[in-house]
Amino acid sequence: MNVFGHAISMPQLYGQLLIGLAVIFGMLTIVNFAHGAFYMMGAFAAYFLLQWAGLNYWWALLLSPLAIGAIGAIVERLFLKRLAGFDPLYSLLLTFGLALIFQGLFQNYFGASGLPYAIPKQLGGAYNLGFMFLPVYRGWVILASAVVCFGTWLVIEKTKLGAYLRAATENPTMVRAFGINVPRMVTLTYGFGVALAAFAGVLAAPINQVRPGMGADIIAVVFAVVVIGGMGSILGSIVTGFLLGVVEGLTKVFYPEASNTVVFVIMAIVLLIRPAGLFGRAY
Amino acid sequence: MSLDAFASATDTSARDRRAGAIAFAVMVALVAVAPFVAYPFFIMQALCFALFACAFNLLIGYANLLSLGHAMFLGLASYVCAHAAKVWGLEPVSAIALGVVASALLGLVTGALAIRSIGIYFAMITVAFSQMVYFFCVEAPFTHGEDGIQAVPQGRALGLIDLSRPATLYVFVAAIFLFGFLAVQRTVNSPFGEILKAIRENEPRVMSLGYRSLQYKLAAFTLSAAIAGLAGATKAIVAQNASLTDVTFAMSGEVVLMTLVGGMGTFFGPVVGALIVVSMQNYLAQYGEWVTVIQGVVFVACVLVFRRGVVGELAARARISL
Repeated sequence: MNVFGHAISMPQLYGQLLIGLAVIFGMLTIVNFAHGAFYMMGAFAAYFLLQWAGLNYWWALLLSPLAIGAIGAIVERLFLKRLAGFDPLYSLLLTFGLALIFQGLFQNYFGASGLPYAIPKQLGGAYNLGFMFLPVYRGWVILASAVVCFGTWLVIEKTKLGAYLRAATENPTMVRAFGINVPRMVTLTYGFGVALAAFAGVLAAPINQVRPGMGADIIAVVFAVVVIGGMGSILGSIVTGFLLGVVEGLTKVFYPEASNTVVFVIMAIVLLIRPAGLFGRAY
Repeated sequence: MSLDAFASATDTSARDRRAGAIAFAVMVALVAVAPFVAYPFFIMQALCFALFACAFNLLIGYANLLSLGHAMFLGLASYVCAHAAKVWGLEPVSAIALGVVASALLGLVTGALAIRSIGIYFAMITVAFSQMVYFFCVEAPFTHGEDGIQAVPQGRALGLIDLSRPATLYVFVAAIFLFGFLAVQRTVNSPFGEILKAIRENEPRVMSLGYRSLQYKLAAFTLSAAIAGLAGATKAIVAQNASLTDVTFAMSGEVVLMTLVGGMGTFFGPVVGALIVVSMQNYLAQYGEWVTVIQGVVFVACVLVFRRGVVGELAARARISL
């Protein structure tokens, strides 16, 4: 019955990665191909903190997103900034190259195999829900992701900061005329999106092993989910991510051969019926 | 357009044609000399990748469609060709033809679904489809999963020409490469190619002139898939195997790199780029994963400061189009 536990916690991770991707895309029109690499680096940061500094999981949950988010902000300042005004395809290719660099470096030093990361002892064991056993850690992942996803949505849609951000996407010149430092906001937004990926990486570390390839494996699925949900809708991405995770988990139980392809098949069907995605507006 | 400008325009195109013809002659001469200088097997592989990059360039360079899943066409054709030659015992030319047909069909189906989206959406959809094909190749029984299809017979082309002789095989591969290269060039220079370029520049305007731009893009996508398939199928005969490497996402990335390094939207760029990338992999193979890191650095450098690529830069300096 563990499979059902799997079926409802992986989707949360997708949701988490998606929201970072959706924030970066929606606000900055950058398809962040390096998102999977940052997710992987988040997990590695947790591992390093434990091995080298003796800082436990809870510290990692705080420090890893901060550190990786800072790296993201630097990347934006050094590289992505220069591509503003060019075809968005160039920033996609740039982040693709960055993903290769990060992944290559980690693979070089840590090989392709996984490093173990233990579940924190406060979150061991399982709840008996009557119809199934839910491991406590997976329950925690669901809770933490839901809070972070909802919080991000709230900030972007309901706060003044979010309003500035949305305005800057529509018309950066006008927003600058009001005295808002748009370039800094862009850098911070990218850093924040990357930090969300790192947070998901720390959450994933005890579930999957910490591997250099962990991000590359997941990124194509995340893209498919984005296409199904429709771009530009943050809430849509979360809902789709959750639903598809459940579908994938259930396929794993009933017809394991198709579990890897089911998301892509659904994507093809959705494209046939609604080319803009389930929640997307036509573009 | 004033008459003067018109005259100078035809002038430039005459110069371009001459430069193109000279470059083509140089390329043919190099292909002919190469096996005496370098390891022929390496050159044959490089030619297959060069053809693959030409197919990719047809989309990105002339229709502004970034396909990030082109490995699916290379890999699928390679599997189909290897299976046809080994299990069904077909002679190489028909086996390759079957591979091309398979990739063209895949291109038609995935293209029909993806083509309605543009730019980055199109790119993401192609990523997802190629991942689907990858998982299909992992699971399907005829591909033998991780083992791949090994010991593919080279056989006799059309029942007459013995391809197990290295020299014959080289001529065969070089002929296929030149055929594919000229097919891409002919397509781009045809009226069909002109409309593709017009779509690249201003799609709404082309539609307002009464062209069905989606059908043009779909045709280009299918053609590109077929030529990528030709490269993959030929590669299966050359290397005598078909493996998962050719379907991976990394392969889709490599073809982007080749085209970017050589120069997008130039005829000779993808060929030069493929040669650079393949040599890089070959000579740096001892450094293991550093190859990936170096590829990433080249990628980033190209995007930031060298967007025209080697051939594009040369052509811009000499004010010709290659």
